[in-house]
Amino acid sequence: MKFAIVVNEGPYTHQASDTAFQFAKSVLAKGHEIVRVFFYHDGVNNGTKLAVPPQDDRHIPNNWSALAKENELDLVLCIAAAQRRGILDEKEAGRQGKDSNNVIDGFRISGLGQLIEAGIQADRTVTFGD
Amino acid sequence: MSDEMQEGPQGEVKKFMYVNRKAPYGTIYALEALEVVLIGAAFDQDVSLAFIDDGVFQLTDGQKTDDIGIKNFSPAFRALGDYDVTKLYVEKESLEERGLTRDDLMDLTWEDEDNDWEEKPSIRVVSREEMKSVLSDQDVILSF
Repeated sequence: MKFAIVVNEGPYTHQASDTAFQFAKSVLAKGHEIVRVFFYHDGVNNGTKLAVPPQDDRHIPNNWSALAKENELDLVLCIAAAQRRGILDEKEAGRQGKDSNNVIDGFRISGLGQLIEAGIQADRTVTFGD
Repeated sequence: MSDEMQEGPQGEVKKFMYVNRKAPYGTIYALEALEVVLIGAAFDQDVSLAFIDDGVFQLTDGQKTDDIGIKNFSPAFRALGDYDVTKLYVEKESLEERGLTRDDLMDLTWEDEDNDWEEKPSIRVVSREEMKSVLSDQDVILSF
């Protein structure tokens, strides 16, 4: 089965991202396909490369990044939500005249159309949020 | 953006339901949900919106936000008809639990091009039971 996953909350404050991550791993382990993971609202904060959680805690952005690399997942941060919250990739930082960027490998920034498209392509769209 | 204008694969049309559960201000969910609806309208899907719990406050008439320094985005709901978003289901019990009636909501309409552009109401007040069957009839539910 093809799944689209939507993550609407940031890391650590809410469990949504953790649960979505576990769900994604389970889906793949069962042999299903993930057409896209779309990060919206504060969910875009899962894509920062500047998070430094305590060493004895899970590193949520790194975990997503590694899962994406291992499974060639498409992790998309909503551009409008990301811009509001100071999440910029190199290209977007250049376009906005900012001198730094903070998107971790494995994520890409794109538009809300990617969420709708994922909903169309997937057999199931599963939202993780409050 | 080009990726926001494309149709679904093979022109497939699915039933998309956007569920609005939160008050318009206090959190950003309502505003960002509306942004998805407006972008999604370009995909020619069968779109409905549901308003339940505090989400019913999003449609109240006469919103005024000057004193909280946040933009009043409620006028954007009036544009939904022009985007062919014409089905706004509002849960009756959620209204009643908050001391609201349909008269407290904006008068949202759409023009029916198949019927001499007749103006028709977009808001459909439905019971909790009816809302259940509306939701179970959908292909994709995005909950905000």
